[in-house]
Amino acid sequence: MKPDARGYFGDFGGRFVPEVLAYALDELERAMTRAFDDPGFWEGYRALLASYAGRPSPLYRARRFEVGAVPMLVKREDLNHTGSHKINNTLGQALLARRMGKKRLIAETGAGQHGVATATVGARFGFPVDVYMGARDVERQAPNVALMKLLGATVHSVTSGTQTLKDATNEAFRVWAAEVEETFYVIGSVVGAHPYPYMVREFQRVIGDEARAQCLAQHGRLPSDVIACVGGGSNAIGIFTAFLEDEGVRLWGVEAAGAGLKSGHTAASLGAGSIGVLHGSRSYVLQTPEGQVIETHSISAGLDYPGVGPEHAYLKERGRVEYVNVRDDEALEAFYGFARAEGIIPALESAHALAFARRLSRDRSDNDLILVNLSGRGDKDIAHALSLQA
Amino acid sequence: MKHDATLEESILRRRPAFIPYLMAGDPDLETTQTLIEALAAQSAAAIELGVPYGDPLADGPTIAAAGQRALANGVALRDVLVLTKRVSANIPIVLFTYFNPVFRYGIEAFARDAAQAGAAGVIVPDLTLEEIEPLREQLAEHDLAMPLLVAPSTPAERAARIAERSSGFVYLVSRLGVTGANKAPNVEPLRTQIAQLRATTQLPLAAGFGISTRAHVEAVAPLVDAVIVGSALIDAYAGTLGEEAKSRVERATRAMGLSSRA
Ligand SMILES: Cc1ncc(COP(=O)(O)O)c(C=O)c1O
Repeated sequence: MKPDARGYFGDFGGRFVPEVLAYALDELERAMTRAFDDPGFWEGYRALLASYAGRPSPLYRARRFEVGAVPMLVKREDLNHTGSHKINNTLGQALLARRMGKKRLIAETGAGQHGVATATVGARFGFPVDVYMGARDVERQAPNVALMKLLGATVHSVTSGTQTLKDATNEAFRVWAAEVEETFYVIGSVVGAHPYPYMVREFQRVIGDEARAQCLAQHGRLPSDVIACVGGGSNAIGIFTAFLEDEGVRLWGVEAAGAGLKSGHTAASLGAGSIGVLHGSRSYVLQTPEGQVIETHSISAGLDYPGVGPEHAYLKERGRVEYVNVRDDEALEAFYGFARAEGIIPALESAHALAFARRLSRDRSDNDLILVNLSGRGDKDIAHALSLQA
Repeated sequence: MKHDATLEESILRRRPAFIPYLMAGDPDLETTQTLIEALAAQSAAAIELGVPYGDPLADGPTIAAAGQRALANGVALRDVLVLTKRVSANIPIVLFTYFNPVFRYGIEAFARDAAQAGAAGVIVPDLTLEEIEPLREQLAEHDLAMPLLVAPSTPAERAARIAERSSGFVYLVSRLGVTGANKAPNVEPLRTQIAQLRATTQLPLAAGFGISTRAHVEAVAPLVDAVIVGSALIDAYAGTLGEEAKSRVERATRAMGLSSRA
């Protein structure tokens, strides 16, 4: 479904930004609409996904990670160029930026995956790239900082507020406001003001479109359950969208519980948050009763975010997707478990989805078919994971 | 000193008027009150009173940091309303708040309580024209003005629609970007935009964002009905309390040529 003319999915979404950005969002929406109606745009996009990103990504049966005889399929977004689903989105937005004649890309990043994916397309299309990253994440994710620099991007360490993804996003919005004419803001998830949540979804839906066809071709049926981790929600929306009309398919969004939903150290915006406005749209937000956004916690930097895309809020309200959560320790166990059972090191973000897949398998039979989105590879997490195990 | 003017009258009587911005509760609520009283005595037309918010997308480092200091003091929207009640007889108070605290407070309750506190109006910098309606309706019901912002990037046709829905005054953002003294107003485009707006609205026009020196004031004040100064004042008194903060603010307004405007 498309959001309404004001960018709402039901009660969620909209455009809550300073007036200085209203025109930029209008301009972006017009350019996006024209591009989306142009078959030539999609041809160029698909060609890059194939030759540059390495799509389609395989569907793999993780037999040794399965519980009992319940089949578990994983969608291998970890095999994409740059190691996660983020490249699907940045390629699309870079193509759009080029059509709009923009001169420069900016991006926010938490784990650095989206920053790397933006730096990559910046190099590929000849755009200068400025990436905004919380000072704490710059420290936590040093390898990705080095990668971005190697690719020619400038990484700005953001020292305001909590010094993580939330504040990096604030800073990117502010920089955009000051240089709105020449700058294209590449948002990394299905968050932000309209049209970003819709636009990013359209660039990520390739995950589910492929997986649905692969599942039918390889297994002759649709999955019983589709599982994805939810930070801002782009890999989840990306895999869910193809299945929304398949009523028999149950969809599961897995948030990061952190130390536990009620611990005060969590990042589960849908599970523990309330309705509010953050980064340009109305959705679920982890906040105080007074409406101040609170600091989040997750073992995985990519899920460590106090908001969530408005379409997820809508899907939760409609009951179409069930949102569950997984703690740090459970994700870490799945991280090691998957690596040792399958020889595939998952991103800590994706490990949340894998941990839930095992939990769900205990209530499923061999007639079911569980599909998990393996949103990224875990190379970036190795040092962090080893430090926690010790 | 008592005031009995509407926001609009208060500005028009003093043309070109001075509207200082202060962050409520930075460094504490008592100092904010002292500063409001001092600025009222200096014949400011109104006070823009900032409600602390942790994620201020329209603000640069000075106001963002002031908000953090106020939040660290535990200052919330309801405390700002209590302060408003204390000072609103002296000078028109325009609350400057991001939408989320208002949304959580409840739009109806907020409009009612702001009116009861004697506020003159409310500015919400992250509500675009497309999102203002529910709040605008509630504020109007309580006779509270809602000045809306026009940015340099706002096309003329949209600026006219914004002015039409605005009340109290129209807030002109003097240059692209967020608040802060680090980037000067961009006077030529502003001049064009003002000429276009004068043809479509009778409301006073106030310019803000980046006005931080006497030269800025002299360049902008002749074009508009009011100038809004925030970051430059906060930079002047940040880290001080009470009388010290007051004398620093008075010095800063004098240096900018704003204190004698009456
Ligand atoms: C591998 C991976 N998965 C998931 C996420 C979370 O983002 P989203 O919820 O938008 O997919 C990230 C973000 O950095 C990521 O790197």
